[in-house]
Amino acid sequence: MSGAAGATPRAGRVFGLHLAVIALLLGLQFLLPPFHHGMVARIMILATYAIGYNLLLGYTGLMSLGHAMFFSAGMYATGLAVYYRGVGTVEGLVLGLAAAILLAVIIGLITLRTTGVAFLIVTMMFAQVFFLTTLYFNAITGGDQGLVLSGRVPPLRFGNWEVALTHPAVKYNLALAVLTVCLLLTLWVTRSPAGRVLIAIRENADRTRMLGYNVFNYKLLALVLSGAVSGLAGSVWTLLFSYVGSSYAGILYSIYPLLWTLLGGAGTVLGPLVGTGLMTYIVDLTSGLTDSYLLVVGAALILCIMWLPTGVMGGVRRRWWSWLP
Amino acid sequence: MSLEGQLFLALLEGAVSGLVLALMALGLSLVFGVMRIVNVAHGEFYMLGAVLAWYLATTANFLVALVAAPLIVGGVALASDRLVLRPIKYAPEATIVATIGLLYIFQQLVLSIYGPYARSIAPPVYFRVDLPWFGYSGYKIIVAGLAALLLAATWLLVTRTRLGLYMRATQQDREIAQAFGVPVERIYAAAFALGAVLAALAGVLVLPIQQAHYLMGLDPLLLSFMVVIIGGLGSLKGTLAAAILIGLVDGLVSVFFTPTLARIVASILVAMVLVLRTEGLYGEGAG
Amino acid sequence: MAAISAPLLETVGLQRAFGGLQAVRSVNFRLDRGEIRAIIGPNGAGKTTLLNLICGRLRPTAGRVVYKGQNITARPAHDRVALGIVYTFQIVSVYRNLTVEENVGLAVRRLLMQGPLHHFAINPQAVAGRVHDALHRVGLAAAKDQLAGYLPYGHQRLLEVAMALASAPQLLALDEPTQGLAPDEIAGLVALIRDISKTATILLIEHNMQAVLDLSRRITVMDNGSIIAEGTPAEIEANADVQRVYLGG
Repeated sequence: MSGAAGATPRAGRVFGLHLAVIALLLGLQFLLPPFHHGMVARIMILATYAIGYNLLLGYTGLMSLGHAMFFSAGMYATGLAVYYRGVGTVEGLVLGLAAAILLAVIIGLITLRTTGVAFLIVTMMFAQVFFLTTLYFNAITGGDQGLVLSGRVPPLRFGNWEVALTHPAVKYNLALAVLTVCLLLTLWVTRSPAGRVLIAIRENADRTRMLGYNVFNYKLLALVLSGAVSGLAGSVWTLLFSYVGSSYAGILYSIYPLLWTLLGGAGTVLGPLVGTGLMTYIVDLTSGLTDSYLLVVGAALILCIMWLPTGVMGGVRRRWWSWLP
Repeated sequence: MSLEGQLFLALLEGAVSGLVLALMALGLSLVFGVMRIVNVAHGEFYMLGAVLAWYLATTANFLVALVAAPLIVGGVALASDRLVLRPIKYAPEATIVATIGLLYIFQQLVLSIYGPYARSIAPPVYFRVDLPWFGYSGYKIIVAGLAALLLAATWLLVTRTRLGLYMRATQQDREIAQAFGVPVERIYAAAFALGAVLAALAGVLVLPIQQAHYLMGLDPLLLSFMVVIIGGLGSLKGTLAAAILIGLVDGLVSVFFTPTLARIVASILVAMVLVLRTEGLYGEGAG
Repeated sequence: MAAISAPLLETVGLQRAFGGLQAVRSVNFRLDRGEIRAIIGPNGAGKTTLLNLICGRLRPTAGRVVYKGQNITARPAHDRVALGIVYTFQIVSVYRNLTVEENVGLAVRRLLMQGPLHHFAINPQAVAGRVHDALHRVGLAAAKDQLAGYLPYGHQRLLEVAMALASAPQLLALDEPTQGLAPDEIAGLVALIRDISKTATILLIEHNMQAVLDLSRRITVMDNGSIIAEGTPAEIEANADVQRVYLGG
């Protein structure tokens, strides 16, 4: 980890790399054919979800199997508000974020006294409850079928300037903007004193407690940040793709960010983006060939955990760029 | 049907499914207890048992299916242990990720080969038991009996044989067992295979009652989790008691309310048991 | 106004049971400011349990812990560190994958992270200065960029002491600090502890009798969950109960 002396030159390289990635994504939209244009927009939002997940797994060392509830809390809060109440885009986003944060606080207070496998199961159970509840109240949520918001999503308003969210370029750039914010947030958090404590908790929680840190509070902070970013992703997803549905609250959507983060490299800032992109394209290619594309997901999980425990970017960090955050 | 009829039916159904659940949960509990890992693919062994039984029963007969299907699934489990679990050294969180992977692989292979269909077979033995309120399938009663028999056989295996002794020793303290010459790695493989066989047996038994479908493993998995967590790890009696209880309650709630609500309540219950248990998942640690 | 002879730490009727096993039985323990006190006794005597109760890693089943006149029994371990009770582990526990500098940095930052703002940014100079001081005091300043896991065990122990120093201890609780160290490392550690005792009260569990006799001014002997003797090294050596416990009979 960087000490005081090495901070400045390293900071330059770090920010340079990440800004370059963002610039690359910005430029890519002018080169991509329409299909891939939409794919990349999707990838960027799902990568944001994975970034949220990584804050908890990669940096605090807590593996959850319940993050779909945060993603879909954002999705439903925004989606239902738009569908039934016709709220504006910005208000919708705020609602989604607030819902996810509230849920994260409640879940955190209940579950963070457990750790390891127990935490895994408990988060999975609560996510299951959330999923089943969306099914139970399917009169409101549309259940598995979901609700289509087309035509109801209001345009994005900034003062007098209005932009419809249906335009592909707007979708792409909004997704990119959200990704950028969350990427930089991760970068900042993990280099901040609070972020160092999270890493310390991951490395040796007992030691961290005996240095005087309130480990529970820090874990709660991590979970709330993680849930907030995941919820923001869900919020933006529904605004861009005009749909809410129970499937996004299901166990598969809790497994996806785990897979993307592991594949891309847990504990690296760019890992979630790399993993999401890679996996999305692999699944896309396979589902063109067969209905059983989840076979690839299963195989990817196993190969990842057996041979790539540090993921792609983790490997990069180990082999070449030891300064990679 | 009168209320008491409905009640009795729910209880009867609950008892049957509870015993079958006990069989499956016992398999999970063995794996949990001896190997200290969570096998998320456990429900898929159940599913594989049912699907293989369908193939075998329709090409040969049910008896062949009852014997061969669990053995094949046991072989699959042994292969999974050797190829996947052993290399990752049974690390807790890594194993969960890996078994999730196995879950998808098994599910999707079945989807490709067997298809998305739900298929069943006629009960191998058919007779009707006439009760005051309704007629009940004699086969289901046989299932309950067979399940109880298999549970007893497993109990004997664990408490009276050397293999069972080794398993219990490994469960208590892996290092000391190793020091005493217990071949821990082979015991792990045996436990994993035995767990899969028990799940597969449950799958074979329910084939004439339910339908074999590539997604059928998920619900029983959740229920098995509940049984193991509530009943306590490695405790056969606890597993049996919790399975019957959960089978009964699930039956009752599903009949009188909705299955979805039953699942919601059950999930919350499991989560809270884990959260409030101060001695951790494996009963270790204090304070 | 506290009396001059008020103890730094006191336990009153402190008890801890694990199921049926009474690990610590109604212990009344008293530690004065500026002492170097060793707790000795056979394995299973309850020494580590007592230390864990004092540091807050365990909750007592009865009794209370009083520190600087305040009842801290309900305070969690991390709070007690802020009060000045600092603990080192029996088996060295450092951050193996972080550098020596970052290890001590974490200890230092806790003192400096006093408000929400400081969770986001801290003056790196302030941190680096204190880290350097702590490392210099234990003699590890040259190793600051090494990964802690690659240090030899004796140096990891010193790193732990540096982290303890950086935590501004008033009561330093050491659980078998010399265990696993080579003889020359032990001598160095003993000298270091003696040096630290000028600014902090020392409480240590030790099996190494030479270190105990070299360092401590008073010794507490525990057996089977109770204190069976307390006194100066000379008194303890002459004590018949202690001889019986150690030599059998």
